[in-house]
Amino acid sequence: MIGLFDEPAVRTVALGTAAIGALAGFIGTFAVVRRQSLLGDAISHAALPGLALAFLLGARSPIVLIAGAAVAGWIAIALVAGLVRGRHASFDTALGGALAVFFGIGLALLTAIQKHIPDATRHGLDRYLFGQAAIMDETDVRVVAAVGLISLGIVLALWKPIQLLCFDPDFAAVQGWPIRRLDALLAALVVVATVTGLQAVGVVLMSSLLVAPAVAARQWLNRLGPMAALAAAFGGIAGFAGTIGSHLLSKDNRTVPTGPVIVLVATALVAISLARSLFARRVIAPAGATS
Amino acid sequence: MIDTMLVMAAVAAACAVPGVFLVLRKMVLVGDAMSHVLLLGIVLAFFVVRDPASPALFFGAAIAGVVTVALVELLQRTRLLKEDAAIGLVFPALFSIGTLLASMYLRNTHLDVDRVLLGSAELAYLDRFTIAGRDLGPRGFAVPAFVFLATVILVAVAYKELKLVTFDPGLAAMLGFKPAFVHYALMLGVSLTTVAAFDAVGPVLVLAFFAVPPAAARLLTNRLSILLVLSVAIAVSAALAGTWLAFRLDITTAGTVCTVLGTFFALTVLLAPERGLIAELLRRRRLIRELHGTLLLVHLHRHEGTPAEAEESRRDGLEAHLNWSREQTDRVSRRAQAEGWIVALGDFWKLTEAGRDRAKAAGT
Repeated sequence: MIGLFDEPAVRTVALGTAAIGALAGFIGTFAVVRRQSLLGDAISHAALPGLALAFLLGARSPIVLIAGAAVAGWIAIALVAGLVRGRHASFDTALGGALAVFFGIGLALLTAIQKHIPDATRHGLDRYLFGQAAIMDETDVRVVAAVGLISLGIVLALWKPIQLLCFDPDFAAVQGWPIRRLDALLAALVVVATVTGLQAVGVVLMSSLLVAPAVAARQWLNRLGPMAALAAAFGGIAGFAGTIGSHLLSKDNRTVPTGPVIVLVATALVAISLARSLFARRVIAPAGATS
Repeated sequence: MIDTMLVMAAVAAACAVPGVFLVLRKMVLVGDAMSHVLLLGIVLAFFVVRDPASPALFFGAAIAGVVTVALVELLQRTRLLKEDAAIGLVFPALFSIGTLLASMYLRNTHLDVDRVLLGSAELAYLDRFTIAGRDLGPRGFAVPAFVFLATVILVAVAYKELKLVTFDPGLAAMLGFKPAFVHYALMLGVSLTTVAAFDAVGPVLVLAFFAVPPAAARLLTNRLSILLVLSVAIAVSAALAGTWLAFRLDITTAGTVCTVLGTFFALTVLLAPERGLIAELLRRRRLIRELHGTLLLVHLHRHEGTPAEAEESRRDGLEAHLNWSREQTDRVSRRAQAEGWIVALGDFWKLTEAGRDRAKAAGT
């Protein structure tokens, strides 16, 4: 394993996925405590038409494509929020419907791209669907780190209202905080974290990185700040260990995709944490006591 | 194209029926989780039977869906995490196992991960569905059509139970209807439908077929029976329109049908006769208009017969008393005059009998 880490390519990828995991774990904490765990799932699917449209309009640089993805993801959750607020659909229906419809629009655009733009390779778009950590380079890692630091700065600057919004939005509103704008801001942070990680771990697996570290951290700590920090640590560990693990499992004749291994490491962390909670509960409240 | 239309219509109709209950029970995202885990079920069943065409794959996938729901509920019951987190935890994990197994051991088989994930209605009709040597039409049509018929019959037979369990699970349990049993039967139905729709639309887009037609129909009716019929009608017409459009533009059918579904929903949100945005806007405008008319009448009524009446009811300058703009005052008084609530008497407005009654009614 030490030998593996000496390989520059593996080191870059491991650091990159660790950074993505830390970012997702940190931001995901706020989504999970607000019972919006599946926001990331919806965003990562809904980002597809933005990506395709940016490509169709001639963008080729990763930053512009990511921006397109972010805009589409943000529009999708803004629509969900609007539908729920106007009582046109419940949250689950709006989220699920928006996710699938946006994804469908994205696929339709994709096939149009393949028909009409000769230089379009499916490569970059496949990469979006399934993720391909192996081709991360140092620039990618720097982008993730920069996004992470900016997100951290925003959260710290608005710590008090964000904390209120997480636990008592009504009270926050009464106190005069602009909760709708704060809500949109937190959603935007989830969007940015999600699309940043997309190309490394793919659509489905990105949603897991937003949820699993936060759920694991929740089992050990009760305070929001430390929880977010621990979730970031868990996410980082999952990203790092998952990448190394997938390299160790790969042999000459088969390559083990990185994304799924990362998810399974994160899930193992959750399993350990849940087991601890269940055990602790039994120790504190032995059989016969009312729970 | 006709073949593909049949496939998409059958898939859409089959999904719309259980979709109604998913939407009503706020379980759409559970459907999301189930559809992703089917891959694992297919892969595991394939390890057992080693035959990509075996019906065992179908049932393996369906069982995986139900196991997912059970897992999510088990996690929730520990009360250590909420439903949304449980869903977001379980399905990526199981999906990852499925992807890993598929990419490690099934590289050279007919289980194409790309096709399994995205579906392709264009290819779905190539397989023929045969029973005892008789050709029963394209497989992609026959299987979802069969599932559709089966769910319609089930819903018809258990209509009362489903309705009660959906709208009042507490009462249903008290009356001995076993909500848990109905729940798992429904989940099995959703799972089977997803598998049936899988070939044509894949696990992501199937969610649009579950969620969107019932959500649109829900804006149009409050009756369960009409909701079911409307959902199927919306789903099938979107499927036909979407397939036609996809062939015109030469793009993916499943994605285009989803786009059309989304468009249908957007139109419903705008145009629904009672709950649509436009209807709401008109209703709000009418309310405001009525409120203004009433304010005018109340104002006139309050000063009726007082020394200030001449001043307060003068047609010229009324706006100063009501604190409105000149145009608005004119508009409101013209409307009140047309309704027969006030009449112009020289330079003054006078309440009619009807107007006075209205003002009194508003005052009490």
